[in-house]
Amino acid sequence: MKVGSKKPESKEVEQYKQFEKNFETKRPVFKNCLKAFLVGGFICTIGQAITYFYIYFFNFTEQTAGNPTVATMVFIAMLLTGFGVYDRLGQFAGAGSAVPVTGFGNAVISAAIEHRTEGFVLGVGGNLFKLAGSVVLFGVFSAFVVALIKTILIKLGAI
Amino acid sequence: MLAMFFWAFVVGGTICVIGQLMFDVARLTPAHTLSALVVVGAVLDGFGLYEPLADFAGAGATVPITNFGNTLVHGALQEAEQHGIIGVLTGMFEITSSGISSAIVFAFIGALIFKPKG
Repeated sequence: MKVGSKKPESKEVEQYKQFEKNFETKRPVFKNCLKAFLVGGFICTIGQAITYFYIYFFNFTEQTAGNPTVATMVFIAMLLTGFGVYDRLGQFAGAGSAVPVTGFGNAVISAAIEHRTEGFVLGVGGNLFKLAGSVVLFGVFSAFVVALIKTILIKLGAI
Repeated sequence: MLAMFFWAFVVGGTICVIGQLMFDVARLTPAHTLSALVVVGAVLDGFGLYEPLADFAGAGATVPITNFGNTLVHGALQEAEQHGIIGVLTGMFEITSSGISSAIVFAFIGALIFKPKG
């Protein structure tokens, strides 16, 4: 089939699609959301505890304590990924373990561990951001656009 | 302090539910979902809405990946205030550094210590 050709689908194709739909496993959306809420909330609560730890013992303020918290959580993600715990958690929690920063750490670290058999330069180095690269790309580019627009507006005196 | 733990749980959990709905209802892949959430975080900070959320929910707002977009914009704006437009580029990673650097450093250490399974 040519890419982009928009032939009206024949009756058989439509029937087949309907047929296929009947066999598709229904996703338990509510149950998945509940699991994501509980696990995601739990991870953020641990993050809050780490934040308080840095505020009380290392003289960070509420504003700056986010940075060491993120680093600590990525470290925990490294240990959990290495021992294979995070993958199992991910199967259970879905977005609950993928959306917190530990999911970002898990994506980078699992790529690094997976490709170490190909060598440290081409394997680990080359594939490090294989999964997390899109997050970095779109994060940086959107931040660039947003910050540029805001800076220009401030310079023009609009804000 | 207990209220802070409660709101961290609720807000963080809610952001994860939004991600889960993007998985299940919008049928996006995890990579698409996370990229979209980062862009949302960056735009929210552009309108100045992310910092009030972080003040209110603490780690509930700073641990999810949306914070990544927020800190990128924050660093860029902070530097742009001092050095003008070029600061947008030079300051981009100023605050986000901890997430990216720790991910790279710990990923390499992890690759040294652990062996791939199966």
